[in-house]
Amino acid sequence: MKVTPSSHFQSQLLQASRWKWQEWVGWILVFAAPWALPSHALIVNEMAIVALFALSLDLVLGYAGIVSLGHAAFLGFGAYASALFAKHVMPDPVIGLVWGMALTTLLGALCSATILRGSDLTRLMVTLGMALILLELANKLDWLTGGSDGLQGVLMAPLFGRFEFDLMGQTAATYSLTVLFLLFLAVRHWVHSPMGATVKAIRDNRLRASAIGIHANAKLAVVYTVAACLAGAAGALMAQTTGFASLDVFALDRSADVMLMLVIGGVGWLYGGLLGAVAFKFMHDFISSITPQYWTFWIGLFLVVLVLVGRDKLFKPWKWGRP
Amino acid sequence: MQKRHLLKSLLVGALLSSAGAMAQDKFKIGLILPMTGPFASTGKQIEAAVKLYIAQNGDMLAGKKVELIVKDDTSAPDVTKRIAQELVVNDKVNVLAGFGLTPLALATAPIATQSKTPLVVMAAATSSITEASPFIIRTSFTLPQAAVGLADWAPKNNIKKVVSLVSDYGPGIDAEKYFKDRFTFNGGQVIDTLRVPMRNPDFAPFLQKVRDAKPDAVYVFVPSGAGAALMKQFAERGMDKAGIRLIGTGDVTDDDILNGMGDVAMGVITSHHYSASHNSPLNKKFVEAFSKANGGLRPNFMAVGGYDGMRVIYEAAKATKGAGGQALLDAMKGQVFESPRGPIFIDAQTRDVVHNIYIRKVERVGGQLYNQEFETIKDVKDPGKTR
Amino acid sequence: MLTILFDGIAYGMLLFILAVGLAVTMGLMNFINLAHGAFAMAGGYLTVVLMQRLDVPFLICLPVSFVVTGLMGAFLERTLYRRMYQKPHLDQVLFSIGLAFMAVSSVDYVMGSQQQIMQLPEWLKGRTEWWDGALGMGHYRLFIIAVCAALTVALQFVLSSTRFGSQLRASVDDSRVAAGLGINVNLIFALTFAVGSGLAGLGGALGAEVLGLDPTFPLKFMVYFLIVVAVGGTTSITGPLLAALLLGIADVAGKYYVPKLGAFIVYALMLLILLWRPQGLFSRQGGK
Repeated sequence: MKVTPSSHFQSQLLQASRWKWQEWVGWILVFAAPWALPSHALIVNEMAIVALFALSLDLVLGYAGIVSLGHAAFLGFGAYASALFAKHVMPDPVIGLVWGMALTTLLGALCSATILRGSDLTRLMVTLGMALILLELANKLDWLTGGSDGLQGVLMAPLFGRFEFDLMGQTAATYSLTVLFLLFLAVRHWVHSPMGATVKAIRDNRLRASAIGIHANAKLAVVYTVAACLAGAAGALMAQTTGFASLDVFALDRSADVMLMLVIGGVGWLYGGLLGAVAFKFMHDFISSITPQYWTFWIGLFLVVLVLVGRDKLFKPWKWGRP
Repeated sequence: MQKRHLLKSLLVGALLSSAGAMAQDKFKIGLILPMTGPFASTGKQIEAAVKLYIAQNGDMLAGKKVELIVKDDTSAPDVTKRIAQELVVNDKVNVLAGFGLTPLALATAPIATQSKTPLVVMAAATSSITEASPFIIRTSFTLPQAAVGLADWAPKNNIKKVVSLVSDYGPGIDAEKYFKDRFTFNGGQVIDTLRVPMRNPDFAPFLQKVRDAKPDAVYVFVPSGAGAALMKQFAERGMDKAGIRLIGTGDVTDDDILNGMGDVAMGVITSHHYSASHNSPLNKKFVEAFSKANGGLRPNFMAVGGYDGMRVIYEAAKATKGAGGQALLDAMKGQVFESPRGPIFIDAQTRDVVHNIYIRKVERVGGQLYNQEFETIKDVKDPGKTR
Repeated sequence: MLTILFDGIAYGMLLFILAVGLAVTMGLMNFINLAHGAFAMAGGYLTVVLMQRLDVPFLICLPVSFVVTGLMGAFLERTLYRRMYQKPHLDQVLFSIGLAFMAVSSVDYVMGSQQQIMQLPEWLKGRTEWWDGALGMGHYRLFIIAVCAALTVALQFVLSSTRFGSQLRASVDDSRVAAGLGINVNLIFALTFAVGSGLAGLGGALGAEVLGLDPTFPLKFMVYFLIVVAVGGTTSITGPLLAALLLGIADVAGKYYVPKLGAFIVYALMLLILLWRPQGLFSRQGGK
């Protein structure tokens, strides 16, 4: 059988998009976690939400190459949208989730117009500015959002009418994990599709991509909007599983934290956000149980070392010290 | 026969010992505080006061050992809620305590209700908190208590026109509303109400606006860190020379940093429930012990909230012999005792704190600045509830 | 109102001194340094410690903070920052955030988390009123304006009329060609970084009184510095100067006239400006 160059590339691409057995095992273990370790169901829930948020930032940062310090704008918008929906319209979780995602997608589409021009610094500031403006808006409109006290009293109806959100957090964790998995599947499919390849081309060399006829701006806007949708889902999950929404979902710390998680896990790689979120949460919990007040010091140190050593070499200590 | 008897007694013995092992031999207190972030000094003060109480009163309660679990919630409500949930479900704490800010307490309220765990609020000061769950007890104070005290005092002291300047968040809005209502009721006039954003670095434009309105006094509420900046800019703008007095709730002359403020703070009149210079033997002992254990740090109203919170927990636990839940909550309600701040009792209906409010003036005593109490308003209930 | 204008100018000039180092570093080395605020904080704390513990007069503390933070900057530049120049912007952001975190935590540990209060010398505490209060000028703010104006003039002089200045400008425009012409670009980088950090330290010392000083200072004010740099552009120093003044006046005036909108004004203004002119309001074409 003659192997033509194009069929070689084709099989390579197909190979990359196939599921490996490690992935199967990983996901099964993850879904089992809230039931096997019930006392940790709450933190599993938190990790799932934050992992989804990191995944959405990965689309923006890793695949589209946009440095954003204001991604929390979408997280917060999704959270408040769903919380308000549950409080004033109907408390069904799934419909609330879809509502939150839809509204945030609209916001993302609007904002995508703002990140297309300018340098890295401009984009950084524009994204940051959006998040801060939303924060101030939420604060001012306190008749709607509860202001700095937060939006309390978000009581969710049982999931599908049967599964109550219990104190142990197992329902919440499974719900969040399912949403994460479904959205992950969608992203995975998309990344290995022609559209995904196009976006990666734009990231790697914009000039060349434009030269072969790719509309860079249009594609980037689409990616940004999709990422906003995912972040909105994460926000909705957060509001629904914790039962309230407060102003600090828009804060700079959220955007900065998620960027750290993504970097720890590895940018531009699907599992980067997920693993990074888990690793970061573990580190945070572990370090702050030792020194609750000064854990930012150790995170800072970790970051500095990480970057000096080389992000991709963190898990390969034998390569440290070599350029 | 003997074999069966032996088996039976072994079985009973095993059951008894396992029951003993399963029974809580520790009394666990989950202390959730902002140990990092802008309100870290609150966390530090309360933690120090709690540890002082334990050091002074021993760590055995009704035969059980007291275990204090301190957690940092970084002032993020979803983290507070998750930590509280974990403390209740995993560590099986008997009581939750701390809560530096209103949203943190409000977020955790459902957990207290659902798990029937008493929640002692040692710092947060918005009225509505105790209504968020029947299991919440407060030992700190409420802004309306302090605001109303001042609104009663001011008209009797030649202050008829006031501009109110508060930080734009829950307690600030409470402080503004209750002061305005009571002051207007007493015949005074609030010319303008200004709200300063929380993240604000500069008070200048707001103070300028106050100055241009030419009131008799400006009534302020800012969280404890910002008091110094406010006072300095007040002096810098020449407001005192323009005949405008500075009055406010005691957060603006927080004992934690009062001494460092210097002469600009002299003469400032505030109303609050606690001053480190309160003249009682119990308070003197408290301040001395606190200072000694914390490198000369002066306790402030946050610390006294923590200290009294522990007293409430300890006495309640002794009454229920270490049991938790509804019984513990009931033993907390209605406690009457002497605190370093003065007499205090926990209202059985509202589960909120009732104490004296003092009108104080900043004076130099023995080379250091203190809030000297010169008028006492006795047994102030939270006005936010008697509506 | 004139007093508001005056206050806004003082605030703006202070922001300029704090942010100019960041602007030049970004323009010169294309390095996003989010730890810039940490140098400002260092200058502030140094001044507070010197004044409170060692009774050093305020006027002496100012040049001392400039020199000491400048040296700190030079040291860090040689040891750590130098390795980061070629790395992508994301790495630089992370690195400098890490440094900022470490600085914040260390200061918290050593000095405690409460606000630091500085006692100004008596001659700076007064106030002058003109036209029956229509223009009130706090003496301290006058002092700030004077010092910052002098520094700006000096900086502009150095940039435009000295040899070092023209070498610096050449390196900003194109460092490769500049190196090719024999300019010691590394030395320029080091000196510029040091001076930039020193200015930040000086700004922190000057600003402690007006802006407050606590361990979270770098994180709180970083946003404002970035706004000044983004709006002002990184190719000159008049750009950031005008941007800082604009920002200062808009912030102060906004809070005075429309207090309900307060913080909005600054962010919305920045957003609009950046949407209209993504390279910054005052950049030259052809700059980075």
